Amino acid sequence: MYAFDFEKPTSVADAVVALKDEDALALGGGQTLIPTLKQRLASPSKLVSLMGIAEMQGVSADGGTLTIGGGTKHAVVAAEAASAYPALAALAGGIGDPAVRNRGTIGGSLANNDPAACYPSAALASGATIVTDKREIAADDYFQGMFTTALDEGEIVTAVKFPIPEAANYQKFEQPASRFALVGVFVAKYADGVRVAVTGASEEGVFRWTEAEEALSGNFSPDAVAGLAASADGMITDLHGSGAYRAHLIGVLTKRAVAAAG
Amino acid sequence: MPKDHGIGASNKRREDIRFLTGTGNYTDDINIHGQAYVYFLRSDVAHGKINSIDTAAAAAMPGVVRIFTGADFEGIGGLPCGWQVTDKHGEPMKEPPHPVLAQGKVRHVGDPIAAVVADSLDQARDAAEAIELDIEELPAVVDMKAAVQEGSALVHDDIGTNLCYDWGFVEENKGAVEEAFSKAAHVTTLELRNNRLVANPMEPRVAVGDFNRASGDSTLYTTSQNPHVIRLLMGAFVLGIPEHKLRVVAPDVGGGFGTKIFHYAEEAFCTFAAKQLNRAVKWTSSRSEAFMSDAHGRDHVTKIQLALDADNNFTALRTETYANMGAYLSTFAPSVPTWLHGTLMAGNYKTPLIYVNVKAVFTNTVPVDAYRGAGRPEATFQLERVIDKAARELGVDPVELRRQNFITEFPYATPVAVEYDTGDYHATMDKLVEIADFAGFEARRKDSEAKGKLRGLGVNCYIEACGIAPSNLVGQLGARAGLYESATVRVNATGGVVVMTGSHSHGQGHETSFPQVISEMIGIPEDQVEIVHGDTARSPMGMGTYGSRSLAVGGSAMVRAAEKIINKAKKIAAHLMEASEGDIELKDGAFSVAGTDKSVAWGEVCLAAYVPHNYPLEDIEPGLEETAFYDPSNFTYPSGAYCCEVEVDPETGKVTIESFAATDDFGNIVNPMIVDGQVHGGIGQGIGQALLENCAYDENGQLLSASYMDYAMPRASDVPFYKVDHSCQTPCTHNPLGVKGCGEAGAIGSPPAVVNAVIDALHSGGHKVEHIDMPVSPSRVWAAMNG
Ligand SMILES: Cc1cc2nc3c(=O)[nH]c(=O)nc-3n(C[C@H](O)[C@H](O)[C@H](O)COP(=O)(O)OP(=O)(O)OC[C@H]3O[C@@H](n4cnc5c(N)ncnc54)[C@H](O)[C@@H]3O)c2cc1C
Repeated sequence: MYAFDFEKPTSVADAVVALKDEDALALGGGQTLIPTLKQRLASPSKLVSLMGIAEMQGVSADGGTLTIGGGTKHAVVAAEAASAYPALAALAGGIGDPAVRNRGTIGGSLANNDPAACYPSAALASGATIVTDKREIAADDYFQGMFTTALDEGEIVTAVKFPIPEAANYQKFEQPASRFALVGVFVAKYADGVRVAVTGASEEGVFRWTEAEEALSGNFSPDAVAGLAASADGMITDLHGSGAYRAHLIGVLTKRAVAAAG
Repeated sequence: MPKDHGIGASNKRREDIRFLTGTGNYTDDINIHGQAYVYFLRSDVAHGKINSIDTAAAAAMPGVVRIFTGADFEGIGGLPCGWQVTDKHGEPMKEPPHPVLAQGKVRHVGDPIAAVVADSLDQARDAAEAIELDIEELPAVVDMKAAVQEGSALVHDDIGTNLCYDWGFVEENKGAVEEAFSKAAHVTTLELRNNRLVANPMEPRVAVGDFNRASGDSTLYTTSQNPHVIRLLMGAFVLGIPEHKLRVVAPDVGGGFGTKIFHYAEEAFCTFAAKQLNRAVKWTSSRSEAFMSDAHGRDHVTKIQLALDADNNFTALRTETYANMGAYLSTFAPSVPTWLHGTLMAGNYKTPLIYVNVKAVFTNTVPVDAYRGAGRPEATFQLERVIDKAARELGVDPVELRRQNFITEFPYATPVAVEYDTGDYHATMDKLVEIADFAGFEARRKDSEAKGKLRGLGVNCYIEACGIAPSNLVGQLGARAGLYESATVRVNATGGVVVMTGSHSHGQGHETSFPQVISEMIGIPEDQVEIVHGDTARSPMGMGTYGSRSLAVGGSAMVRAAEKIINKAKKIAAHLMEASEGDIELKDGAFSVAGTDKSVAWGEVCLAAYVPHNYPLEDIEPGLEETAFYDPSNFTYPSGAYCCEVEVDPETGKVTIESFAATDDFGNIVNPMIVDGQVHGGIGQGIGQALLENCAYDENGQLLSASYMDYAMPRASDVPFYKVDHSCQTPCTHNPLGVKGCGEAGAIGSPPAVVNAVIDALHSGGHKVEHIDMPVSPSRVWAAMNG
């Protein structure tokens, strides 16, 4: 680790100011950033911890929307979103291990946009809104490829707003070593249609499987997707599985998610 | 009633109190006043020519004490290899030099190029980044079969080949084996890879070198399974320090699994640098460094063929194996695919003719050496897989095919040069059939099918050679060391006992089980017995712990020393009771005269030995301390039968282990709980190898699985609750305790059971898959089903 300065502001406004310094970086739960620093793969001049900001904490349901503060830990989402949005709570409860879930945050996960992370699929499948210190970004515009988002430098994810679906489910098939998603599929059914988002599989990061969405919007049953095959084009091939295998899993997991969503 | 002390009691592990409460003393806990820290700059290319290393700017950075490169080690010995294999033409293996820091070339990702010593680790790392390297990348040698083709790039230019040796065993049998194959009624062939593994002990390697200018003595604290071996190898072959000026201490060690047997460059460096700088030097491996500098395990590519006659008797076996040595010969690397592998190819079966060919190959990868089981898992896996395949081809029951070919008479001399002293393979198989509930399998399979899953049952047997080893025998086979063990038993004046053993405990529980043996022999409580190990200044020259040898060899040395103590104590007791020595009996911690009510307590005899006022000084010396060295007359041969049941999800290829049963014959057992634990851990590692672990390189020699993000270790949720049974006991015939060793069995016996079960499951679903290489990952299973 290289030396850096450290600040822990208590308001978003102060954090925004603190992040104006050249090479300053936001620090959420540190579950991605700290290992990166230890390996000397990043050398921020300053870390600005967002964990002291009360307005970025917590889970609340209001009408049809579930709002999660950007600094909310996975374990808190797992516990507190369970009644309003059980599929999302289950997703949070399946991230990493207890240590990771009690430090890692939704804002950090969405800002990082790891192609195998879980939350991006929920945000995209739910048509969530990413709220930052300066604007609101629709999930469809937010994810821009592996480790790439619409966020500007120094922009802070302060909250995420999830429209609560009629039915939803997340199926995660774990990569054997990291236990991140080798493929993860989030299916969410709304009055105006079904959205299916896939993580772990594509070289472009999280994406919507529109063919399945169309099929399911007409008939929300596992049979509706039984005949569909996702294309292996552009799917990740690595030590843990070929693109063809990942494409196959998309079909299997989508079917299972629909069955589980009921 | 289970025993509550002595041999056979499941005493709780006394060392666990410190391990579980954070009060252990590991090498990284050792900090010497004024110590400096070393950071190794390691190669990030697999193969390259070092044109220049410019350390000038780096040396001027804050806190830097000195920067060493290969040039500083010219004229100093390289890391020695402890075993010389002779090839099938009678020629010695190729043995290229292994410098402490790279000289001329780098040969694997992780090869140390420079060592930066600084006041702090961060300063050392900062300076390492300022070293200017000019390394010209060369084509990497990765694939073993390509490596031995004409025109391949060479890992070591001066030996002119990547072939370390081409070993034939038994070469004289080759013709007879060929003939048996030509007459066979059936031949089964299987090609497979035994996957490369990284041991990953929980504690990474650490070395602290210290030098005392007043005495001129060097001390190395290191994470080792055998401190005396390190002292000898490093002192005599690398640094030229005689043993009496060099102390090696291996304190609490957090797991070894073989990977901490070997002498490593970092140990030699820290010892050397401490003397050069007159300052202690410390190195603590990061996990990332461990992946690219700890010796790896396995990595064999094998073709095996089994010949059977018309009655399904095994008539001959032949194998051809490519064994990866990596870039340099690690300490015992050449012995693993040869004498620890070829000699086990008979398994539990009376196959009369066997020929094993092994080509050991240099590649631009981390050196490969012994890892839990070392050679024996590789032998067992191929044999037990090919037998299963033969059973399927012949349409016979795999258990019956094994039973039909079991060795049943002992001692049994195999055609691969070893003699099994005892065993009862039907007994362990009978017990397995019972505890694994074979009878209920079809019902369980139906239940799985009702859930849309395929269920399979896999069985295998294993035999291993442990208790390494008769020194004169291994000497003939090329070992450059003796493989006896030592113990000093010191009885204190007030009756307490200290055993200084040459064995080393890095998780095995010696501190608990060794006192049980003393307690049994003398009749004093275990808490009056202390075990000292891991320090060359305190224990007699010993060879350390690996190859399931601690109790069989180290325990035997302790028994021999304790017998000398008891003999002497009886003389003292006879004197005290004015009786004849032949009438003295020792029982429950007291000496008595047979047929009388005279007795004297153990403590009184001990006190007399040290306060010899009333003592036969004319006949015997005062004091009560004895040393014994024990050299075994044969290996020990634990054996067993394992069964695994799996479910395969046909949609995703994911395998889950539904149950695992193990029956082992370890001979006599000192602490059943510790034995269960050893087997549990071994099976866990075997399941890891079978389903998860895979150390992979790309074609450029880059390590793809360089962290836990890509190297899959087994976790608690990957393994079931095991059923283990050790009630089949045929005691070893040639050591005093009748023990065989249990440390490696689980890792040797489990991978074939898992893979056999997966293949069985796939066949039950109509998938005619004959083999899947380990790790049998979901993607590989799916590919095999759809291939
Ligand atoms: C062992 C392990 C297992 C894991 N398993 C999973 C898994 O199964 N599924 C999964 O999805 N994830 C997994 N993760 C990742 C985990 O969810 C992390 O919490 C997450 O990736 C990053 O969140 P963080 O709060 O720790 O962010 P940090 O590591 O603190 O930051 C990550 C990046 O985001 C930026 N950042 C942080 N917070 C904000 C914010 N509010 N606004 C803007 N930028 C911000 C930082 O500057 C940094 O660039 C795992 C991690 C570990 C260590």
